[in-house]
Amino acid sequence: MSALAVSGVSKRFGSLQVLRDINLSLEKGQMLALIGRSGSGKSTLLRCMNGLERIDAGHITIGGHALSYAPAALRRLRQDVGIVFQAYNLFPHLTVGRNIMLAPRLVLRWPSARAEARAREVLATVGLSEKFDAYPNQLSGGQQQRVAIARSLAMAPQVMLFDEVTSALDPELTGEVLITMENLARSGMTMVLVTHEMSFARSIAHIVAFMHDGRIHEIAPAKDLFARPRTEELRRFLSSTL
Amino acid sequence: MRSFGLNDVWYLLIATQWTIYLTVVAFLVGGALGLWLAVVRTGGSRFGNGLALVWIRSFQNTPLLVQLFLIYYGLGLFGFRLPPFVAAAVGLICYASAFLAEIWRGCILSVPRQQWEAADALALTPWQIRWYVILPQALRIAIPPTVGFLVKLIKNSSLASVVGMTELMRAATAINNATYQPFKVFLCAAIIYFLLCFPLTMLSRRFERQLDVSTRG
Repeated sequence: MSALAVSGVSKRFGSLQVLRDINLSLEKGQMLALIGRSGSGKSTLLRCMNGLERIDAGHITIGGHALSYAPAALRRLRQDVGIVFQAYNLFPHLTVGRNIMLAPRLVLRWPSARAEARAREVLATVGLSEKFDAYPNQLSGGQQQRVAIARSLAMAPQVMLFDEVTSALDPELTGEVLITMENLARSGMTMVLVTHEMSFARSIAHIVAFMHDGRIHEIAPAKDLFARPRTEELRRFLSSTL
Repeated sequence: MRSFGLNDVWYLLIATQWTIYLTVVAFLVGGALGLWLAVVRTGGSRFGNGLALVWIRSFQNTPLLVQLFLIYYGLGLFGFRLPPFVAAAVGLICYASAFLAEIWRGCILSVPRQQWEAADALALTPWQIRWYVILPQALRIAIPPTVGFLVKLIKNSSLASVVGMTELMRAATAINNATYQPFKVFLCAAIIYFLLCFPLTMLSRRFERQLDVSTRG
């Protein structure tokens, strides 16, 4: 049973075709990395997976849910599909603890003691136990991003999506976030990430998809894709990034 | 002809109570209505937005004085003669709701779109997103302009005197009719209005400075 199945997905923004007939699937516990130049459609594809962007054609099944835009069905899907954004998007008026407890309390209707226990547990997972009572603006970018990961993790999702989560960080803060993600992958989380961190994709991802012009131009196990690019576009992309 | 004395100041202070009651009622009820209008205006419904806009634009683009006349004398023609306090309160409530709705709509829209998106992605319902994520953030931004409007509301409550409500302004007019010492009487009224409004203005400036500091982070 695959954790993610995308078939025949297309999308346009006005006259611009951003996704063309995308097909892919991912097994439970695997990590898929989407790479490509900006504008190639990789972030849009990721955002389609939890319904933040609408698809025009095709089907997506993720975390045991068929994507539908009926509000209640979409909320059920999102309970099982977490997303972490480039700009963290923590709620600045809430402490770290309350940021994490918000969705378990409101969506899963957990009593606050249970939500707090869960929040402390996931904070420990990302190595920030001592920040429970801090406000987001008291944390570094890397710490904020790890809290954002913990916030998603608190819902115990089946699949987690990562949208260029290290792109806004200084190089010295990127490492701590990548380590957090690597630990998550080792714990068996199914993950899809859009990334510019080629060495991370090569060493940690199971499958890498190279997107070009709204299509999946090449898709292969990570080692093969980087070692033996089959197309000129991927060769040129890799030589420009490595 | 008697002259303006301490008794008259006392009378003005008693009447000031009514200025305060009127402002508080208008602010609380008008605020509740304004908040609802602001939420409707920033929600998805075109129909709701259209209706709210008609209400807001009607009260924003006609003088408060005319609104008060319409409510007091106009409704009176149809047999709904409201007591002066009620008429004045209804007028000020409508007026406050329209202005506060637009002030708060701006504050709601100034919360970054990514905050909606993050809450949406966590499977919160649209009402949960508004209540737990957007409104608390909008509230901080809203405090200085809201206090500013409250000052305006206190001053504009003086118009209630024209529908026969005995608040500070009408009391001053009555005393002037008996004493013919307009400068003394209205200066005294002005000082009372100033003492009501000035602390609020200061408070608003303090909030603004605090907000400045917190956003500079």
